[in-house]
Amino acid sequence: MANHSNNTAPEESPVILPGHDFETVTEIVAEIPLSKRFPLGWIGLLLIGLGGAGMLHMALGYLVLKGIGIWGNNVPVGWAFDIINFVWWIGIGHAGTLISAILLLFKQQWRMSISRFAEAMTIFAVACAAIFPVFHTGRPWLAAYWLFPYPNTMGLWPQFKSPLIWDVFAVSTYATVSIVFWYVGMIPDMATLRDRAMSKVKATIYGTLSLGWRGSARHWHRYEVATLILAGLSTPLVLSVHTVVSFDFAVSVIPGWHATIFPPYFVAGAIYAGFAMVLTLAIPVRRFYGMESLITMRHIDNMAKITLATGLMVGYGYAMEAFFAWYSASSHEKFMMWNRMFGPYGWSYWTLIAINVVMIQLLWSRKVRQNTTVLFVMSLLIGVGMWLERFVIIVTSLNRDFIPASWGMYYPTQWDFMTFFGTIGLFLTLFLLFLRFVPMISIFEVKMLLPQSKVKADHAH
Amino acid sequence: MSQVFPKSANAWSKASVLAIVFVLLGLGWVVLTIQRSDFVTTANQFVEQPVQFSHQHHAGGIGIDCRYCHTAVEVSPSAGIPPTKTCINCHSQIWSTSPYLEPVRASFRDDKPLQWVRVHDLPDFVYFNHSIHVTKGVGCETCHGRVDKMPLMMQKSSLQMEWCLNCHRDPAQFVRPLDQVTVMGYQPAIAQAELGPRLVKEYKIAGLEHMTSCSVCHR
Repeated sequence: MANHSNNTAPEESPVILPGHDFETVTEIVAEIPLSKRFPLGWIGLLLIGLGGAGMLHMALGYLVLKGIGIWGNNVPVGWAFDIINFVWWIGIGHAGTLISAILLLFKQQWRMSISRFAEAMTIFAVACAAIFPVFHTGRPWLAAYWLFPYPNTMGLWPQFKSPLIWDVFAVSTYATVSIVFWYVGMIPDMATLRDRAMSKVKATIYGTLSLGWRGSARHWHRYEVATLILAGLSTPLVLSVHTVVSFDFAVSVIPGWHATIFPPYFVAGAIYAGFAMVLTLAIPVRRFYGMESLITMRHIDNMAKITLATGLMVGYGYAMEAFFAWYSASSHEKFMMWNRMFGPYGWSYWTLIAINVVMIQLLWSRKVRQNTTVLFVMSLLIGVGMWLERFVIIVTSLNRDFIPASWGMYYPTQWDFMTFFGTIGLFLTLFLLFLRFVPMISIFEVKMLLPQSKVKADHAH
Repeated sequence: MSQVFPKSANAWSKASVLAIVFVLLGLGWVVLTIQRSDFVTTANQFVEQPVQFSHQHHAGGIGIDCRYCHTAVEVSPSAGIPPTKTCINCHSQIWSTSPYLEPVRASFRDDKPLQWVRVHDLPDFVYFNHSIHVTKGVGCETCHGRVDKMPLMMQKSSLQMEWCLNCHRDPAQFVRPLDQVTVMGYQPAIAQAELGPRLVKEYKIAGLEHMTSCSVCHR
């Protein structure tokens, strides 16, 4: 492993800044969950997050009372905010899995500082995503038999030929593997917290969560094997989950959806949106908690590069969509593209092109990649751009379908917005709780980056 | 800090992993069982009626054919609840002063129908048609059970969709000769495995695709 770091170009900054030893790494990370301090900024943000979560509660409560008629989607736009937001959140989660699984298999050391909270982001994003398909049924307590195969009293199984049921399996597998991977990766750090806890209550809680970890050689051996297996399980999920999500569209025969480019185009978009989200979270977190020496400019720079690379793939997807519309010689495909660009929702198409194709070219510049303020603003805009991408794909393909007589406009209602912003509040709440009560950086993995551990690491690997 | 967990915690934590699996499986089993229980389906429960009419006595004891009262069963979706006049056909002569039958006489006198309590109540989104079943060889008994042994009417089957589909997916298990449809305690003359498919063919009962199509029952 040491060889890799020797190969890095001289101008590249190190993965973590010098001056750390085993003790300082533990201290800087473990101090946050164990301290008695609740910083004012944290409390303020938590209140905002809880406000959003409360709003989500209201919106969903009213939805259950009234039915999905309170939302704006209706024929011809039968799918709208519910699936836009679902795809948006699921996509965001992909960066966490890519960082923790694929980068692990490729032995990318820089993943170690950011993997823990990127995985947390994945899990919370999947939780937010799951709300939409469950509640868009209008009767979430009945969703069990619409979604999951079990021996029900109707003698019926879900339609296994439908991509919607593949989606259920893809997403629930994804959630399960992500949670297990996240938790297994945390066990050694939970033991660290247990050992450092100053009160019996904390020691008991973190002790329970550490599942009796003692750090023996056998424990570490099993840990390494388990992590490798889980990384192997997660790796195909990075590609498969969003592929299946794209099948929700691609398997249908709607112009603008029925395209073979969809799976890779969706996966690239997911990783692109996900890395933008990791940047959105990492930039304020490292400043707020003074973690600049552990989450360094090297991390920020690398993530910006991946964002650029996947962003360019997404741009290629846009180009191919337009190309197919022309090359297919299908008048419906052509009209769909024209409607997308110059129809009533044209503003959304051009905004997304401005963000996802034009703006991200700034990332070629090293100066931009080193400027966290600019990057933060850009990452937020990318979040908007990727949301608009799903809006464009879904709404503009549906609002003017084959029969002009059935054309119609889609306008979201206040309940659509309350549900969407509510899930952002829920995400914020969960993420703030994670930052406060769980070691946000993998302590033991970052220690492997220290010069002190290099000798051993060379022998071990 | 001293150890926070006693030594027994090892055993407890290992046991709890197993326990969680079994509790979850058990919980699933309980839910599925309750869903199919008589408590939920209301099967096998006597239903109080305005008159203590006994199918056991009329159909079993005296041997009146089902269609004497349920006249519409072969021609309409509903088997038909007999008008009070049908009762009075006999009860103007026999048991004409019985206090048990006072509601029947009152109904006849005042020309107000008896308010029977529905026993077999399908959900409103299911369109069940008696005539198609009876004329294609599904016996009364197949769904309603041994009515000739019920002092008060009760539901014998779960009426859940899996129960309907049990026959719709393979009607050969149940169909009988047309002249045996109203017979109680029917036994096929030859093996059902041989008779069933032959009758299905003879009655031209539709294939699986049609019989299990959603819109056959949900229109």
